[in-house]
Amino acid sequence: MLGLLLLASFTVITLDARGGDSSPLDPVRSVAGDAFGPVETAAATAVRPFAALPDHFRTTDSLRRDVAALRSQNSELRSELAGSALSRHQVTELAGLRSQSSSTGYALVPAHVVAMGPAQSFSRTVTIDAGTRAGVHPDMTVMDNDGLVGRVVRADRSTATVLLIVDQESVVGGRLGSSMEVGFLRGRGRLDGGTRLDLELVDGSATAARGDSLVTWGSKNGRPFVPGIPVGKVTSLVSSPRSQSTRAVISPYVDFSSLDLVGVVVKRGTKSDRTVIEAGRQPAGGDR
Amino acid sequence: MPAVRALLLTAVLVAAVVLQVAVFSVVDVGGVVPNLALLVVVAAALVRGPEFAAVLGFVGGLAIDLAPPADHIAGRWALALVVVGYLAGRVRQDAGSSALAALVTVAACSFVGTSVFALSGMVLHDPSIPVGEALRVIPLAVVYDVLVTPFALPLLLRLFRRVQPHQVAY
Repeated sequence: MLGLLLLASFTVITLDARGGDSSPLDPVRSVAGDAFGPVETAAATAVRPFAALPDHFRTTDSLRRDVAALRSQNSELRSELAGSALSRHQVTELAGLRSQSSSTGYALVPAHVVAMGPAQSFSRTVTIDAGTRAGVHPDMTVMDNDGLVGRVVRADRSTATVLLIVDQESVVGGRLGSSMEVGFLRGRGRLDGGTRLDLELVDGSATAARGDSLVTWGSKNGRPFVPGIPVGKVTSLVSSPRSQSTRAVISPYVDFSSLDLVGVVVKRGTKSDRTVIEAGRQPAGGDR
Repeated sequence: MPAVRALLLTAVLVAAVVLQVAVFSVVDVGGVVPNLALLVVVAAALVRGPEFAAVLGFVGGLAIDLAPPADHIAGRWALALVVVGYLAGRVRQDAGSSALAALVTVAACSFVGTSVFALSGMVLHDPSIPVGEALRVIPLAVVYDVLVTPFALPLLLRLFRRVQPHQVAY
């Protein structure tokens, strides 16, 4: 019996691993997705009101600490804003990129994050409650009002699976706002406190400045990533004499541990079962 | 009655999988959530023995592998939970003796299950799991599973005793 079950497990693994992009298990997966998706959506909707509950139990001390932290952050931001020409340069650069993106006119399908893959599975994926019926298909960009979240890897009828940019398998083409240098952004697979991403610049001689902002570079036909979406800012630089390229550590704008409302970038005029947010509402953030 | 039993067991597994991805993600610790499907398999092993638990482990593992948002190669959790069900069933004489023994069994099963999953990922490079990340996640998973055990395991044990087919007394 045990041998039979072990054999069955290995068979399933082999079938799925050998299948590559068109796995024989894909139909099974989509059936499971259609079955589990609505249940997960219902469960997440039921607990959403309680998700904010821990905040009510915070002590005055922790709130005071928050106020102090926010004050220092505020003054830091103010000095940053008043200070360097560099940041002003960044802002104009980013504004330019953004106006460019607004002229291309992204339309967004709004969706809630209903399920999150456990860390025990070692891949950072979430389920959103919008699927093919809402006009969501694989290889679409997902963002929230702070910046880039990830891309859709699979879409079922009423739900879709999104690979977060913090996943180790995720690679995003990024462009630095100040120097227009391009690089490849990889996740580290962690999303708890102080999430960091690694940016490897293509041009080995190029450097990045701390606080420099990073936007998506964009893929062919905007799949899987559309250009000009803010991703994060440079927090530190690592250059080793061994490797030819410079690595920058990026702190993402999006807080991946508390994702809720996200938008999937679709073509304008996409048929959807919900109201599609048309251009004009560009993502906030990016110039922080 | 077998059809009703099968339906009930399926419902329990589905509920466990949905709870761990959609509800417990609200109270995750560094992304780690309690592995409820694993607890179901351990409870089944303590009541019904290794073979029944291994079958349940296979079905429950496949559910984790296929339900969104899973994106890894299917069959890896199935393999891990078959092993867990079999091992827990083998030690059920000792594990059922006291509450502490049951806790130790859950801890060991959680360690074995998550490790088998991580190792299969390292072999298949899906995703290429850094050892440091595995060493961080596995102890956290064990602790969280043990914390949830006092609440979930008695309920599950009672449920499995209720749905057990009647046996002839010796």
